[in-house]
Amino acid sequence: MNAPQKLTLKDFSTDQEVRWCPGCGDYAILKTIQKLMPELDTPKENTVFVSGIGCSSRFPYYMETYGFHTIHGRAPAIATGVKLSNPELDVWVITGDGDGLSIGGNHMLHVLRRNVDLQILLFNNEIYGLTKGQYSPTSQVGTRSPSTPDGSVDLPLRPCTFALGAGARFVARTIDTEAKHMTPVLKRAHAHKGASFVEIYQNCPVYNDGIFDYIKDKKSAADSRLVLAHGEPLLFGVDNQKGLRFNAASLQFEVVTLGEAGVTLEDIMVHDETNLVLAQMLAALSTPDFPEAVGVLYCKQEVSYESSVYEQIKTVRAKKGVVDFNEVLRQGHTWTVS
Amino acid sequence: MSVVEKTSEVVAADLAVSAVVVRFAGDSGDGMQLTGSNFTEATALHGNDLATFPDFPAEIRAPAGATFGVSAFQIYFGSEEVSTAGDDLDVLVVMNPAALITNLKDLLPGGLIIADSDAFTDKNLARAGYKANPLEDGSLDGYRVIIIEITKRVIAAVEPYGLSHKFAVRCKNMWTLGLVMWLFDRDRSITVGNLEKKFASKPEIAQANIAALNSGHSYAETAELPSGVEVYQIPRAQVKPGLYRNATGSDALAYGLIAGGRLANIPITFASYPITPASSLLHTLAQHKEFDVVTFQAEDEIAAVCAAIGASFGGTLGVTSSSGPGISLKGEAISLASATELPLVIVNTQRGGPSTGLPTKTEQSDLNQALFGRHADTILPVIASSTPSDCFDVAIEAVRLATQFSTPVLLLSDGYLANASEPWLVPDLTQFEAFPVQFETDPEGFSPANRNPETLSRVWAKPGTPGLEHRIGGIEKDYDTGDISYDADNHQKMTNVRKAKIDGIAKFIPAQTVSQGPTSGQLAIVGWGSTYGPIHQAVKRLRAVGVDVSHIHIRYLMPFPENLGELLSGYERILVPEMNTGQLVEVLRSKFLIDAKRLNKVSGQPFKIREIVDAIESLLGESS
Repeated sequence: MNAPQKLTLKDFSTDQEVRWCPGCGDYAILKTIQKLMPELDTPKENTVFVSGIGCSSRFPYYMETYGFHTIHGRAPAIATGVKLSNPELDVWVITGDGDGLSIGGNHMLHVLRRNVDLQILLFNNEIYGLTKGQYSPTSQVGTRSPSTPDGSVDLPLRPCTFALGAGARFVARTIDTEAKHMTPVLKRAHAHKGASFVEIYQNCPVYNDGIFDYIKDKKSAADSRLVLAHGEPLLFGVDNQKGLRFNAASLQFEVVTLGEAGVTLEDIMVHDETNLVLAQMLAALSTPDFPEAVGVLYCKQEVSYESSVYEQIKTVRAKKGVVDFNEVLRQGHTWTVS
Repeated sequence: MSVVEKTSEVVAADLAVSAVVVRFAGDSGDGMQLTGSNFTEATALHGNDLATFPDFPAEIRAPAGATFGVSAFQIYFGSEEVSTAGDDLDVLVVMNPAALITNLKDLLPGGLIIADSDAFTDKNLARAGYKANPLEDGSLDGYRVIIIEITKRVIAAVEPYGLSHKFAVRCKNMWTLGLVMWLFDRDRSITVGNLEKKFASKPEIAQANIAALNSGHSYAETAELPSGVEVYQIPRAQVKPGLYRNATGSDALAYGLIAGGRLANIPITFASYPITPASSLLHTLAQHKEFDVVTFQAEDEIAAVCAAIGASFGGTLGVTSSSGPGISLKGEAISLASATELPLVIVNTQRGGPSTGLPTKTEQSDLNQALFGRHADTILPVIASSTPSDCFDVAIEAVRLATQFSTPVLLLSDGYLANASEPWLVPDLTQFEAFPVQFETDPEGFSPANRNPETLSRVWAKPGTPGLEHRIGGIEKDYDTGDISYDADNHQKMTNVRKAKIDGIAKFIPAQTVSQGPTSGQLAIVGWGSTYGPIHQAVKRLRAVGVDVSHIHIRYLMPFPENLGELLSGYERILVPEMNTGQLVEVLRSKFLIDAKRLNKVSGQPFKIREIVDAIESLLGESS
C-alpha cells in the first residue's frame, strides 16, 4: 500500500477565477483555509462547504471539495440536512453578517442551540457588500449607507454574544488577515464536536473600509485586542502591561495596569474557556473602553445533535431487530377477505 | 328528458337497503373521534366496506356546549362498494344540544337520533341557541328519537371503579358506542383490547370504560327501544379478496414514502414543521426508525425544506411536508432544488385557505400554487392522490420521479384524505418494481452537469465519493461544465433543458385511463385528488340508469399523460368538479383549448354524491 500522498494548498484550490474585489478580506481567509485543509485529518472527499448568499458565500466555488452555494440565510438549515444525511461528512458553513444574522438569524439560533456538528464561519464586515453597501445588523450606529443616508439608528448585534445566547458550545473570534491567529482557532473549531461558531472580522475595502483598523494596525492593536488563552491571565497592551480585573461591586471588568496602584498579576482575571458567564462578558467587550477579545471565548464539549439522533436510531433498531417492511404493514388489526 | 326522476329513485333505493351513514357528534372533549375510530375497526372486521370522515374544530378544547366546538366522526358502511363518507345521515348520535343543532340538517327524514338527555340542560340549550328543549317540544317529530339519560347511566355503570365524577362522565362515549354497536351487531372485543392497551397504566380507567361499553350494549339489548329500532343486518361487502387493514391517507402516505425509499434503495430524510393537517405524517414516520428514515422537526417551514435539500445533496432522499401556507414559505428553496436539479419530495396536505383559513377542513385549492407558485420558470412534476389507500402508490411514484429525474416533486393530498380511513388491501412490496438509484462513482469524464441522455436527469454524485468533488448552487451553471455562467445563450439552453426534462416525464408515466365509462361519448367528468369518491359514486349511479357519462381521474397534473388531450377531445362535454374556484378546469381549457365546464365547492366539506349527480343532470338537461 502506498502511503496517502500529502495534499497541499493547491489540492484545495479550484480552477475558478476568484471574483472578490481587490483587497477584500475574503482573499486572506480563503488562503488561510486552503492552507489549513491539508493539515486536518479529514479526507478531501468528506469535506463539504455550504454557504448562503452574499460576498462571503461565493467561498465554496473556490474550494476543491464538495460545495453547495445555497440561498440567502439558509446555509445552517441546509448544512443540518447534509450532516443528518451522512454524519461522516465534515461540514463547514460560510456566512456573513447579513446572511447569518439578519435573513438567516432564526436558522443560526437553532443550529447553535441544537449543536449540529458544523464549523460555522461568519465573515463580519458590518455591511451588505453584494447588494452595494446597505447597513447590516452588525453596523455601528450612525453608519451612512445608501439605505441610511443620515446614519443608521438601530443597535448592532454582537455575533459572539448572539451565539452564546443561543447556546453555542464553541465560540471564537479572529481576524481576516491574521493567518497565524486564525489557523489555530479554526483547528480548534474543527476539532470541536458540535456547532463551532467563529466570527471573523473582515474588511470590506469598497463599502466599509478600515472599520477594523483599530484592532489590526500595529500602533493600536496592542491596546485594542485581548488575545485569549485558556488558563492565562487576561493581559493586553504593549508588553502585556494592562489587564482586566473583575470588579465584584459593579459585576464588570475594569482595565488596570500592572504595577500601578498596587495591581499585581494576582488581580488579573484568568481565562477559563468553560466558564459561560466569563465568555459572555468577554464577548461584550468593545473599544474604546475595553480591548476586544480574540481567540476561543467558550468551549464546552457536549454531545452533538446528529450523534444523538443516530444514537436513538441505533437503540430503536437494537430493540426492534431486523424488521420486514411487509410485516409492519400487516401489524395491528387486519382481516382477510376470501 | 327524464333523467332526473329516474336517477333520484335509484339513488334513494340504493342507499336504504345496503348501506348506512352514521355520525357521532359531541363536544371536542367528548371523545367522538375515539368512538368513531373504534366503531370503524369493528365495522371493518365485520366485513363491510367503509369510508370515514372525521370532522373536528380547530380549537383543541372549545368551551363545553359551544356550537363551534362540535367534533364529529362520520362513517359510511355497507355491503356495496363504498368510496365516500356518504351524503345524508341515517343515524345521528348527539352528546349535547350543540351537536344536534349543527348536525340535524344532514339527517334524512325519518332518520334515527340518539341523544343524551342529561346534556340537554338549560345552560347547554341556551348555549346552542335553543329556546325550548327539542327533545320535548315535538320539533323532532319527523325523526325517530332515542332519548336516554346517558350520563346518569354511565355514572352508575362505572361506580364500582371509584372514579371521580369528572372521569366517570368521560366514559359516556364508550357507553354510547356500546349501544350503537348493538344496533349494528358489531363485535366489542377489539374495542375492549384497545381500551386495555390505551389505559395500560391506569387499569381502573380501562375497566370503567369497558364497563360503560358493555352497559350501553346491554341497555340496548334489554330496553324497550322505540318501534322500528332494531338491529341492522348489513351483509358483508363483495370486495377484492386479500388481507385488509384500515388506513388513513396519512398512514398510507407515510408507508408509501418508506416503501419508495426501499424501492429506490436509498434512505429517506424527512424534515418538517408542525402544521395542521399535515403533522401526522411526521408523527408516523418518527415511529419507524427501524427503517432507513431519519425525521427532523425543523425550526420553521423554510428550514424544513432546506434540510431536506441538504439531505438530498448529501445522498439521501430529502422529503418535506406541509400544508398550503407552509408550502408558500418553502417556495424559494423549492426553486433552488429545481435549479440545482436535486431530488426532493414535497407533500402538501391541503386545507381551506387563504392564510390560516380553515386549518382542519379540506379543500383542493393549492393546485395553482403547485403548478405555478414559485418565482421564474420553476417547473416541477405535480401528482395527486385520490383516495386514502392511493396515497401509498402516489408516494412511491413521487419518490420514483424525484430520484429518476433529479427534480423536486410536489405531491398533493388534502385534509380529507389525510384523516379519512378506508379498508386497505395491504400491498406486498415484493410485487413492486424497484427503481434503484445509481450514484455516480467514476471520476473519469465526471462533471456535475452530466445528464442521462434519455431522462435528461442530472448526475447524482454524493459527498464522500473520492474524485467527484464538485460545487453546485443557485447561480446559473454552464450546460457542459457546471461552472458559474452568466452567458445569455447558456441560460436559454439551461432553461430549455430543465423544461424538456420535466415535460419529458410524460413519456415515463402511464397513459391516462378512464376509470368508468367509455373512452369517448357525451360527457366526461374529469377530477383530481380526493373528489374521486363522490365522482365515482355519482357516475356509477347515473351509468346504472343508462346515462352516457365517463369518469376520468388525473393523477399526473404536471406533466399530463401524453394521451390526455386526445382522450378529452373524444367527449362532447367535459365537467370538472373541484373543491376550489376552478383551477384544473382553467389549465385544461388553456392547454387543450376545450370548453370544459366547472363545478366548484369551497365549504371545507367534501362533495356529496348528490351534488355531482345534480350537476351532471343539469348539464345534460341543458343539452337536450
